[in-house]
Amino acid sequence: MLPSDPQPVLESKPGFLPRERIQDLLDHLERSGYSCVGPTVRDGAIVYQRLPSAADLPVGVSDEQAPGSYRLRATGSPRHFAWANGPQALKPMLFAPRETLWRATRREDGRLTFASEVPAPRPIAFIGSRACDLAALALQDQHFLGGAYPDSCYESRRKGLMIIAVHCSHPAPTCFCASTGDGPRATFGFDIALAELDEGFVAHSGSEKGQIILQAMGLSEASPQHLAQAQTQTERAAAVQVRTLPGRNLRAALFSNLEHPRWQEVAQRCLSCANCTSVCPTCFCHSEAELAQLNGASSEHVREWDSCFARGHSYIHGLTIRPDTRTRYRQWLTHKLGSWHEQYGRSGCVGCGRCISWCPVGIDITEEAGAICSDGR
Amino acid sequence: MISAKLPMVAQVVGRVDESPTIFTLRLRLADTPAREAYRFTPGQFNMVYLYGVGEIPLSIVSDPRDPGLLDHTIRAVGRVTQGLSHLRVGDQIGLRGPFGRGWPLREAEGHDVLVITGGLGCAPVVAVINYILMRRERFGRLTIIQGVKHAEELIWRERYAYWNTLPDTHVLLAADHGGPLWPWHVGLVTDVFDEVPITSERTIAMMCGPEPMMHAGIKNLVGRGIAEERIYLSMERSMHCAVAHCGHCQYGASFVCRDGPVFGYPRVKELFRHKGF
Repeated sequence: MLPSDPQPVLESKPGFLPRERIQDLLDHLERSGYSCVGPTVRDGAIVYQRLPSAADLPVGVSDEQAPGSYRLRATGSPRHFAWANGPQALKPMLFAPRETLWRATRREDGRLTFASEVPAPRPIAFIGSRACDLAALALQDQHFLGGAYPDSCYESRRKGLMIIAVHCSHPAPTCFCASTGDGPRATFGFDIALAELDEGFVAHSGSEKGQIILQAMGLSEASPQHLAQAQTQTERAAAVQVRTLPGRNLRAALFSNLEHPRWQEVAQRCLSCANCTSVCPTCFCHSEAELAQLNGASSEHVREWDSCFARGHSYIHGLTIRPDTRTRYRQWLTHKLGSWHEQYGRSGCVGCGRCISWCPVGIDITEEAGAICSDGR
Repeated sequence: MISAKLPMVAQVVGRVDESPTIFTLRLRLADTPAREAYRFTPGQFNMVYLYGVGEIPLSIVSDPRDPGLLDHTIRAVGRVTQGLSHLRVGDQIGLRGPFGRGWPLREAEGHDVLVITGGLGCAPVVAVINYILMRRERFGRLTIIQGVKHAEELIWRERYAYWNTLPDTHVLLAADHGGPLWPWHVGLVTDVFDEVPITSERTIAMMCGPEPMMHAGIKNLVGRGIAEERIYLSMERSMHCAVAHCGHCQYGASFVCRDGPVFGYPRVKELFRHKGF
């Protein structure tokens, strides 16, 4: 069973967390042994990092996103989570951008020894995950933990993770989670979920450890008005989304259009820069390389994120299988929206829209998929 | 699988220079329990690690009856293979494996086997040829077709000539450029396909080599009545992890490291005519 597989839903009434008590939530988490990681403003973007206190949350900050554009602006709102996702997902917390897998040591007589490097599990409370990222987490769990050889580094970090989700109330124009069926409300994969209202949060637990924290906080019950407001907010967050994919399963449509002229057309705009795969919460490609010590006594075997947009990704002695942007973009899209269905039972896209905002030339996955899949229909 | 993620120590116990750039390393796992537990089938591969340089996938060419000794035939072309070419008997390297699915040798018993290979990517099928020759009575006619660009690229020339003298075994070689003393066909390897007598219901084809060549081979065989599910091919893609995580070897929905490298043709057919997957 994977960590993100649906757990039995716990029957407990949602509580109400007044806004001034948000620090109290962090304190309870810290006292239970978790270090808190959450959204903060850094370098003009909302990113997830160590959260020393609730004062570091992005209060009164919102975002403006469009194809190829991401800007923050001050709103004066009292809200902490009135924004759509920035570039980071949960992914870097579990699947590290760069890490050592094992180390080889060579003695003077030439004998080798090998030792694994697995990070010690560290309890982390991750605050602010959105439904799209929880759907992506479930896919990464399948990829890294579901096969015959679970990834030890990912597994160790995953075990220590406690997730405090926040239902999305402010999707960006680039978002399309309603179309993929992954949001805006988080329905699984969290320990605690919060719906943010002006005066505070409706809080409900999704696991036993989440329930323990909420019980310890002694919250009053959320009122029917609070619940209704939260419900309306979710409905509005779905209704305002403007982008859609042309279907939940585009496998057949994509693979029957492998020579569509649109692949060449998009390749003329695409820079093959790999921004999309870096911000994608489900992309899992990584390369492995050797980092030998200068004294020759040991060598680290390191992995780091790779991208199917990189030339080296498909290189085999003397031959690059995908030498041009057309074949790389086609590989990415046919995999993301097509082959994932066979590999993991669903599309590899969770509708977070990051690849649209962070594409330097504003290529829109929904538009490209629409152009390629609508052909002949 | 003895060790999927952490290399085991292996020792070079033999080395044969096959040509100026091609050599065979014979490896033996240092740890006795690991060595005794190690089993493989022809067509499977190991990840071979050269200290401080890196890891590469290499097909196992030796016989599975003696899994204590693992032969890898290597062409020195890249950083790792050139480094491996400097190894001597007694040196230690790392090894993970075996990985992937091998050739359908059980299914092939009682059948005529047609082995088609081209270029220098012949190591995976050499394992098949040797396997069959060691168990000759279990198989029907063995036909070996190989194409090379230049006659001098062909390694194991004597071996091919010898195989051709064995009963019920036929070798057909072709070189785009023959040169002196080349007794075989000069021209495309596809030219010699038609020389092979095929009993379609008795034949299993196993192919390995450049994809355009395999493509031509499949077209010819299917045209002559061999069912697509009796055609197998060994695919080559970039591999870093060998455990279906790193994503480099994906071919459509397949991870070549896990679901291949040997595939029945129907499994890869959808993408095989498109370049870039």
